[in-house]
Parts: sequence; C-alpha cells; structure tokens
Amino acid sequence: MAHVSDLIAQDIGAYLKQHEHKSLLRFITCGSVDDGKSTLIGRLLYESKMLFEDQLAALEADSKKVGTQGGDLDFALLVDGLAAEREQGITIDVAYRFFSTDRRKFIVADTPGHEQYTRNMVTGASTADLAIILVDARHGVQTQTRRHSYLVSLIGIKRVVVAINKMDLVGHSEATYQRILDDYRAFAAQLGLEDIVAIPMSALRGDNITAPSEQMGWYHGPTLMGYLETVEVDQKRRLQGPFRLPVQWVNRPNLDFRGFAGTIASGVIEPGAPVRVQPSGRTSTVKRIVTADGDLPRAIAGQSVTLVLEDEVDISRGDVISHKDAPAEVADQFEATLVWMQDEPMMPGRAYLLKTATRTVTATVTEIRHKVNVNTLEHLAAKQLALNEIAQVKLSLDRPIAFDPYESVRETGGFILIDRLSNATIGAGMLRFALRRSHNIHMQHVDVDKAARGAMKGQKPCVLWFTGLSGAGKSTLANQIEKRLSAQGRHTYLLDGDNVRHGLNKDLGFTEADRVENIRRVAEVAKLMVDAGLIVLTAFISPFRAERRMARSLMEDGEFIEIFVDTPIAVTEERDPKGLYKKARRGEIKNFTGIDSPYEAPENAEIRIDTSDRSIDQCVDELMLRLRERGVLLAD
Amino acid sequence: MAHTAANTPDIDPDTLTHLQRLEAESIHIMREVVAEAENPVMLYSIGKDSAVMLHLAMKAFYPAVPPFPLLHVDTTWKFRAMYQFRDEMAKKLGMDLIVHINEDGVAKGINPFTHGSAIHTDIMKTEGLKQALDKYGFDVAFGGARRDEEKSRAKERIFSFRTAQHRWDPKNQRPELWNLYNARKHKGESIRVFPISNWTELDIWQYIYLQNIPIVPLYFSAPRPVVERDGTLIMVDDDRMPLRAGEVPQMRNVRFRTLGCYPLTGAVESNASSLTEIIQEMLLTKTSERQGRVIDHDSAGSMEKKKQEGYF
Repeated sequence: MAHVSDLIAQDIGAYLKQHEHKSLLRFITCGSVDDGKSTLIGRLLYESKMLFEDQLAALEADSKKVGTQGGDLDFALLVDGLAAEREQGITIDVAYRFFSTDRRKFIVADTPGHEQYTRNMVTGASTADLAIILVDARHGVQTQTRRHSYLVSLIGIKRVVVAINKMDLVGHSEATYQRILDDYRAFAAQLGLEDIVAIPMSALRGDNITAPSEQMGWYHGPTLMGYLETVEVDQKRRLQGPFRLPVQWVNRPNLDFRGFAGTIASGVIEPGAPVRVQPSGRTSTVKRIVTADGDLPRAIAGQSVTLVLEDEVDISRGDVISHKDAPAEVADQFEATLVWMQDEPMMPGRAYLLKTATRTVTATVTEIRHKVNVNTLEHLAAKQLALNEIAQVKLSLDRPIAFDPYESVRETGGFILIDRLSNATIGAGMLRFALRRSHNIHMQHVDVDKAARGAMKGQKPCVLWFTGLSGAGKSTLANQIEKRLSAQGRHTYLLDGDNVRHGLNKDLGFTEADRVENIRRVAEVAKLMVDAGLIVLTAFISPFRAERRMARSLMEDGEFIEIFVDTPIAVTEERDPKGLYKKARRGEIKNFTGIDSPYEAPENAEIRIDTSDRSIDQCVDELMLRLRERGVLLAD
Repeated sequence: MAHTAANTPDIDPDTLTHLQRLEAESIHIMREVVAEAENPVMLYSIGKDSAVMLHLAMKAFYPAVPPFPLLHVDTTWKFRAMYQFRDEMAKKLGMDLIVHINEDGVAKGINPFTHGSAIHTDIMKTEGLKQALDKYGFDVAFGGARRDEEKSRAKERIFSFRTAQHRWDPKNQRPELWNLYNARKHKGESIRVFPISNWTELDIWQYIYLQNIPIVPLYFSAPRPVVERDGTLIMVDDDRMPLRAGEVPQMRNVRFRTLGCYPLTGAVESNASSLTEIIQEMLLTKTSERQGRVIDHDSAGSMEKKKQEGYF
C-alpha cells in the first residue's frame, strides 16, 4: 500500500493495537452505473489507500486504454463493469468489497440497481447495517431511487445515506441539493426511513468523499467517509433486544459435557440467567458460557458461544433458547413478506422448505394477500408471484416454531424458502406476525368478528379517509357521500373535526404534537368502528404522510381508502369558508397548512379528486362511481 | 512487545471489534456445516489461511475436537518445512489428517518443471482434490479462500455449490441472505464452504498475531538458498530442482508471503523475522499478495477458469 501513515513505519505495535479495536460496518450501495456507483466504490477503495502499486499501475494503464475519463484515473475500472460480467457469462450478482481506514473496517455489498436484480439487492441488503442510495444530481429522485429505498426499508435497514452525486455537473448548486433532499425526505417518510443523511458529492472529482468540498462551502455536514467512520453500528441495537440463541449444534464430547452452540441473535446473557427453551417451553438457568478462550461472564448479540444449562433439558438443533420472561412467540401460521427469487413462479398451495435461524420445516403459502409494485408501492392483487416480485402472504407451517417479528429480531424473523426437488433457494422473507388459528382456535378467539359484523350489515367495513387543504371540500364531500351511502342502507359514521374536537380530543390544542395525537386517536377510533362493521368516513386535513401512513397501517389491507381532495390552494383560499386563510395571511393563525405549514400531498392515494372545476353533485357522483369501481361498497 | 498506542480507542464492551465479528461469523458457518452435512472435511493447505481456519475450527467446537478430518491434497512439491509443520499440527490438535496424492500424476512423472505450472496444478491439485472427495465421499469441504484475494472471488458465495462432476456453475449459485445458508444437495453433489470469505489479508495476519497462532516458519525471514528465475526468486528446497545453466543457489534473506509448491512460489527479500515485522512489511509493501503466485500469471482470468474446472 502506498502512502500509509507513518505510524506503521515507526511503531507497528501501536498501529496494531489501534486496529485491533476497529469496529466493522457493512453497507450496501444502491444505484446504477449511470449514477456513478462503480466510480464511488472505486473512489472509496482509492481514498482508503487500499490499492497496491501494481493495482494502481494497472488502473493507470487501463484508464488510458479503456477509461472514460480522457486518461484521468477511471475509478470505475477498479470494480467489475457490468459489460465485463456479461461477457464472462457470470450472473450479475452481489460482489463484496473490502476496505478499511484507521477507524473502521468496511464490507461493501455491491449490487446492480435495475429492477431485474431486486433479488440481488435484497440479498446484499440482508447483511448490511447501512445503505448508500445514489442519486444523480442532474435527475433527482427517480423511480429507481424509490425502488431502492423501498427495498432498503423492507429489509429493515435503519440508516440511509443519500449520496447526491455528480454535483459538479449541476454547478454545485445548493438549491438543487435542497430540492432533491426535500423530495427524498417526503418519500422516505412514507417508508418509515427516518435516519437519513444527504451528502452532496462528486465521486469522480472527490468532492465530499474524504475531504470537505471546496466547491460546496454551503454544505456543513459530514463527508461520506467521515460519516461512515463514525455512524453508530446497527449491532448495538441488537443488544437492546430480548435474549435469543437459536441452537445450531449440541456439543457432547463426553458424558460430562453437554453444551448448546449457537450465535446470539439478540440481547445479552450472563450465567445465572433464567432461560426458556422454545418451542417446548421448558425452563432452566444458564450455568456457563463456554468458549475456547475460557468461560465468559457475559456474552452479547453477535457472539458465537456454547451455553451449558443447570438442568438436563432436552434441546436439539432448531430450538431457540430465550430469556425466560421475554420468550419468543410460537406459532405455525404467519403473515409474512416474501421476495420471490426464481424463474418458476410461486403458486399458493405448493409446499416448500422454510429455513429460519437454525430450523427447517415444511411451509405452504396459503394466500397472496397482495403483491407490491416495487416502483410505486401500489398494492396489486395476485394469483402467483414471478421472479423478483414481492408480496404480503399468509404462510402455514407443518409444525410450530419459535420466532420474532422480523422488525424485532432479524435472525429469528428472516427466512429462506428452498425448493424440495431442486434444493435451490427460491425465496426469502420476513415473518411479520402470527395468525392465531389452527391449534389456537379454541383460545381467546372472538367468534363474532369483523367479517361477521360486516356481513350482518351487508357491507364490507372500511375507512374513507379524506385528506386535503382547509376549504378543499373534505367535510362537504364526506357529508354528501355519507348521505348517499345511508340512503342505500349502509351503516356509516362520519368522524370530523367538530364531533371529535369537542369530545374525545377536547384536551388537544394545535401544536404539532397535539395534531399528531389528534390524528392518532381518530385513526384508532376509526379502526374500532371498522371492527364494528361500519363504513367510516374521516374528514381531516391530515397534512403529514407519516400520520396517514400510520392510520393506514392500523387497518387491514384494502380497508383504508385514501381520498385526496386535490383542490388547488388558489381555489381553497378564494373559497375560505371559515375566513381562516385571511387570518393566516395576517399572521393571526400560526402553522396554517398551505400558508406556513406544509401539506404533503399523497403520492399513492386510492382516489384523487379536484373540486375546483365541478359542482358538488358532480364530485359526489364521480366519487361514488370510483368507490363502486374499487369494489369497496359491495358486500362480499 | 509493548503496546503503547497513543490514541487507542476506548474499549466498548457492547461493540464487537471487526475481528470478533469475523470470528463469530466463521464459527457460525462451520457449525452450520457440521449440523447439516453428512460427511464434511476441512481442506488443509498448511498456509496462513489454513492456520486460521484450523484455529477457528478448534474454537467452534470446543471443548470437542472438530468433528471432521483434515485433508491435504499433496502435490508432492510443497516445501519440506510445510510437511513437517503439517504433521506436527495434526498430532498436536488430535485431528485426523488424510493426505491424498494423485498417484496417476506421480506415475506419469508430472512436475512443475517439465510440465509447467498449469498442467502440474491441474493434475496434482485439481484432479487430486476431486479424487480425494470421491474416494472418501465428502459432501462438504471447507476451503480458506477469501473474497479480497482476486476479482473473480468477490462474488463467490460462502456456500459454493458444485455439481456431481465438481464443476462450479456461476449461473447456478444460491442467493445467501442474512446468515441463513442452504446446505441441501442431491447425492453426489458437493458444496465448498469458505468460512473466511469476508476476511482480508490484514485481518488474517492481525488475527494470527493476536491469537498467537502457529504458522510455518517460511513466512519469517531467514537465509535460504534461492535462484532468480524469470524475475522471481525460487527457493531450492531439495535436489529435485533442475538448475539452468549459470544458476547457482545463493543464500539470501528471504521469506514467503504465500505458500504453495516451492517451484511455483516466489520468495521476497526481507528481514522481517517477527509477526509484527511481517505485518509492517505487508502494510508498507507495494505489490499485492497474489503476485507471488505463479499460477495467476498464466493467463488472464485464469482463476475464473480454474474455479470452473474445480480448483478451489
């Protein structure tokens, strides 16, 4: 390695000591060649001085010969180009690359970004602590940016770096950066991605990679390398979770020793801790934490250890050892997210092998609830799943297993599906929650359920969630729709500001926190009413996507109909039925949506209607038509 | 050696170091194999990566001895110091050691001098390995390959699937998510498993240093008889090496960065005689690790080709 710090030459012992304590950060880069992904990775390798002189010489020679930078170093050549891979006949795939700095070691999962490589991206993301999403500053947030972000959120990565690249080609414009960042945040909020850092850069020129850019003095955030070196690794979060050790192997070298070997998936363990073996439910106490380096007083998530228990408990591979008082759930029916990874389509009803943690069982997809358009997040009905498609499904296993929702513990909530004939890995997914049926049917089961209550009323319960600016016509439309529905014999209830603010929510004001709580309560009440079998109409500005998303998440799929009353602000301000816009303009009302507080327009509302160019009756007719088209007003 | 780092970061008991994470991952992989394979084996090449693999295996199954044998596919052209070290290690650790030599190759007199590195490696190593796997019916073989070694390995799976003919089909490898490995296969098919895929050369050396892992003395500098041939320093390890006209072995202070068949392994001039000096030299050196290996130079993309043919 060329130019490394003098420490190596002067005091190798000190250097090694420093490096002994380096942490590891694994990340994935999402983007296409066009976004400069290869250049960025090549640049990171180059800047971290991970290149030997023979490699540098080869890079210089190649740059002159086949480079695209007019003889300047073409960093993209350091990582395989897609064309080369195609020529070699290698599956375009996940490549892992390594570099380290004085502070950290990094493993980069490099995957192609096109839609047909969704499988590869999900694979690369599954072991990543963080994602870098590349955006070409000239083009801003694109369809593929949304797709990458969705996949990143799907796999549970919490930290995202939006690398706004090629800033040199937009004149290093702060306004461009800010616009892209705003666009991105608006979208990311829908996905629940919150820990976002956006860095304006030029991977080609080296701006904001390791050194702050001289061209972008307006940017005061971290450089990319600076951020990667200091961001807290996700591993810490796993320590907060409940103790889980999926048993890999029972270690019985002789009659006197019986240990349970495995990697701690979550939490912390100490000798003396009470544990529960699952799914059997038997309990014992940890006697020893055995390693070749001696018994440990404490072990944490990520460590591979061998546990010895106080009691002779029957434990075999596939069992999960949990903390006694915070055990995993045990179930054989699940709702799960499934990514299909082979050419032959997935058909509900077929049996596959499912491996989660260290257990392999037989599983059947009993129902595809819906598939997801990875570009628009739209939910679509599906009878089968093709390669790279993602769906929400119901899974039925041949026996109960211990598990955690994927959001809580990746290792006990993630699974792969294996074809029983070819033995190929054909799918991967995340267990979301247990469906209480089958053997649990006699326990705590409510016999009269939502469907039954809806059927008695001859309707399918749902929420019609009206959102839009003040004066857009939400209440008026909701009111008219309720009248029509009522005339058809439907059982409805309209929740709006008046009947909620004067009762249930009279303790709430108009601060941001209170507004959030206001919507939360409305959503919860709507959920109860849907459960009671009603068609619920809500009419609130509900300006923030995050809250609408929260409300949607409370309902079952297909129950939440978002109706965007998309009346332009020029029209609503002109109407100003309550005189609020005038007051807001005079500064008498603060945080007024559309004036000094944002309205985040829905991107995927089920129905959008503009009231500015039609009469109320025309609007209501149109809405009723659209609702009938969606089948929401028909009884099953 | 005293470790007196001025700016040693505080040790955080809630964060595993990079080496702890790598170690745990490797142990996890080895245990998965032992739990799911019928008849696993660990390929043992006597080099530094093998030394780390062996050490990790001892840890993974402690207090039991690793429940699989070691297999050395012997080309008969290793350094003498390697054979000595191999036998000592197996004895010390109490593991079974299987040595397999391609007797057909020996009968044909295959050697690196007359047949060149490509044919020698193909027959004695690649063919020898297939013979051994078939002979003993091993279904999973641990290997010490790392993804940082070479471009074509950056995409290699940890569980690399081989057909019944031992061929690696790059189009037919399985996606690997989280730490869930699919070890299922049909009869006759096999899997090569690379537990140290995610380690780099520096990680290997640092781990050897921290864990005090024994390695073949050839890694350390000593006066050794060498000749310079085609720009490479070759050690004259025994009298089988035919000297060319004008070649006179000279004693020079040399060591080896990688170990293989002695006629195919270039030495580097060095005075590094301790682990720290080796690491120091590696960090300050200007050429990459595999440059010393003659087999990589035979033809462009040669590793890719060898892998498809069944070389590790």
